[in-house]
Amino acid sequence: MTRAAEPSLPDRARPRRSGIPLHAALFHLTAAVVAALFLAPIVLVVLASLRPASEAGAPPLPPWPTTGLSTESYGRLEAFGDGLLHYAGNSLFVALGTTILTILVSVLAGYGFSRFRFPMKKLAFVLILSTIMIPFQSILTPLFLILAKLGLQNTLTGLILLYATLQLPFSVFMMRNAFDAVPKEIEEAARVDGVTGLRMLVFVMGPLILPGIVSVGLFAFLNAWNEFLAALVLLTDQSRYTLPVLMNAVRSGRYGAVDWGAVQAGVTVMMIPCLLLFLTLQRFYIRGLTAGAVK
Amino acid sequence: MSGITLPSTAASAVAPAVPAPVRKSRRRRLDWTGLVYVAPALVLVVGFFLVPLCMTAWMSLHNWPLMGNPRWIGTANYKALWSDYNFWNALLFTLRYTVAATAGLMLVGLALALLVEKPRRMAGFYRTAFFMPVVIGFASASLLWAWLSNVDSGLFSALAQALGLTEGRVNLLATFEPAFWSVTIMVIWKMAGFYMVILMSGLQAIPPDYLEAARIDGAGFLRRFRHITLPLIRRPFALALILCVSGSMLAFDHFYIILAGGPQNRTITAVYWIFNQSFVSFRLGYGAALSMVLLAILVVLSVIQLRLLRDREDAR
Repeated sequence: MTRAAEPSLPDRARPRRSGIPLHAALFHLTAAVVAALFLAPIVLVVLASLRPASEAGAPPLPPWPTTGLSTESYGRLEAFGDGLLHYAGNSLFVALGTTILTILVSVLAGYGFSRFRFPMKKLAFVLILSTIMIPFQSILTPLFLILAKLGLQNTLTGLILLYATLQLPFSVFMMRNAFDAVPKEIEEAARVDGVTGLRMLVFVMGPLILPGIVSVGLFAFLNAWNEFLAALVLLTDQSRYTLPVLMNAVRSGRYGAVDWGAVQAGVTVMMIPCLLLFLTLQRFYIRGLTAGAVK
Repeated sequence: MSGITLPSTAASAVAPAVPAPVRKSRRRRLDWTGLVYVAPALVLVVGFFLVPLCMTAWMSLHNWPLMGNPRWIGTANYKALWSDYNFWNALLFTLRYTVAATAGLMLVGLALALLVEKPRRMAGFYRTAFFMPVVIGFASASLLWAWLSNVDSGLFSALAQALGLTEGRVNLLATFEPAFWSVTIMVIWKMAGFYMVILMSGLQAIPPDYLEAARIDGAGFLRRFRHITLPLIRRPFALALILCVSGSMLAFDHFYIILAGGPQNRTITAVYWIFNQSFVSFRLGYGAALSMVLLAILVVLSVIQLRLLRDREDAR
C-alpha cells in the first residue's frame, strides 16, 4: 500500500506505453471537458463577483462582467456588520492560531511517542488516535458548556482550542511517523556534541521533520479556515463571526434582501486562500492525505 | 494493556538481554520526559474530547435547559426519542442521502481515477483540476451552490431556460427531488477528487505486468477491470467507502446553508435535527441523547464495514 503513495499529483516517470493518436485525442477531449466542468463553478463565481451592482442580481449568462470590471460587490460586503476585513481577520486569526497550536502540540507529542518510553504510552497513543472515530458533532453540546465554564464561549480562542484538538489524531500520527523516519544516529551524534532537550528537538530534528510539519500545518489551516458548524454554534456575538458564519448570515438575508453579489464576493474571499495554499503546497497536501489514508 | 503496567522486574524478565539495574534507572528518568512532551496533546484530548464525550452520556440522562438547573430524568430522553417521528425521519433522510452520495462519489471517483491514473502528458494538470473543489470548504461550496441553484440570480434555471430545456424558470429548490439532487450533485462535484486520489493510490500499486499479461491472454478491458483491477483495489476502496459513509451520515453544512432544511422540512439530516434540538430549542439533554444514538449508529456502521473489509482480506 505504502508503495502506492505518490507524494504529489504529477506523476513520477513510469514506463510509458505509446498510444495511438486517436486514443490520446479522445483522452484529452474527455479529460478536458471533465476538468472544465469541475473548474467551472469556481471560475464562474470569481468572475461573477467582479460584476457591477446593476448586474450582480442577474443570472451569470454570460458569467463575465459585460459593463466593465467592478469591485462593488466587495464594497457592499465591507458594509455588512463590522466589514469584510474584520471578519477575514477573525478567520485568519483562528486559522493561524489553530495551525500554530496544532504544530506545537503535535510535534512535541510526536517526539515523545517516537523517542521515549513512559508508562501508559500505548494507552495515551490509542486515546489520541481513537478520537478520530468519534464525530465532534456528537459532543458539541458539552463542548459548548465546557467552553462557557472556562469563560471561552463566544471567543476565537475557544474555537482555536477546539479546532486544534480535532486536528490532533491526524497530526500526532503524522509527526510520530516523521520522527520515526529520522535515524537515531543523528540524535546520538548531536547528543555527543552536547545538544539536549528542546534544543535537540528544534535545531537537530526540526529541519528533518519539516515536510511533516508543513503537511500538518496545511491541514490545520484549511480545516480551521473552512469549519462551519462549531463556529455557528459557539460564536454568538456577531462581531466574532468567522467568514463562513458571516456569509451564511448574508446569504440567509439577515442583513435585508439577499445580496447575491456580496455572496459571490464572500465565496471568492473564502476560496482564494485555500486554492493558493493548495497549489503552492500540493505535494505536502497529497502526502498528508495518502499518509493519513493508508494508515 | 496489562503489559504496560508490569513492574520493572517482570519487564526485564521479558527482555533479559538488558541488565536490569541499568534499565531500571534509565527508564525512571525517561518516564517523565516522554510524558512531558506528550502532556499538551493529552490535556487537549481529555479536556475537549474525553470529558465532553462522558458529559454527553451524562447529560442524556437529564432534562438540561440552557439556563437553570439540570434535573435527573433517567432514560426519559431515550423513551421520548423512541417516538420522535422527526428524528427517525431525519435519520431516514440521512440514510437516503448517504446511499445516493456514496454511490455517486464512488462511481465518479473511480471513473476519474481510471481516467487520469496513467502518467500521460497533462495528466497532472487534469488531476489538479479535479481536485480543486476538494480544498475549498463545505461552507464556501454550499454558498456557491446556493447561488447557482437560485431561481432568480443563479445559473441552472436560467441556463435550462436559455437552452430550451424548460419553459420559463424552474425553481430547483422549491420541491424535494430537484433540491435533493442539486445538493447531492454539489457534494459529488466537491468531493469526487478526494476519492479519486485514494482510489488512484490503489490503482497505481497494481503491477502493470498483471494487466499486461491478461491483455496478452486476450482479456478485454471489462474483464481485466472486473477480475484484476477491482480485487486489487479492495483495500483503498473499502477505506474510501468508510470515509464516505461516515462523512455523509454527518452531513450538515450543505443542507443547512443551501436548503435550510426545506422544502417542507424534508431535508433535515440527523446532525441538523440534533443542532435544532440543542441550539435552537435549547433542549440540551435531549440533544445529547440524540447524539448518543447517532454515535452508536456510526460505530455500528464502521464496525460492519471494517468487518467486511477484513473478511475480504482473509478470502484473498
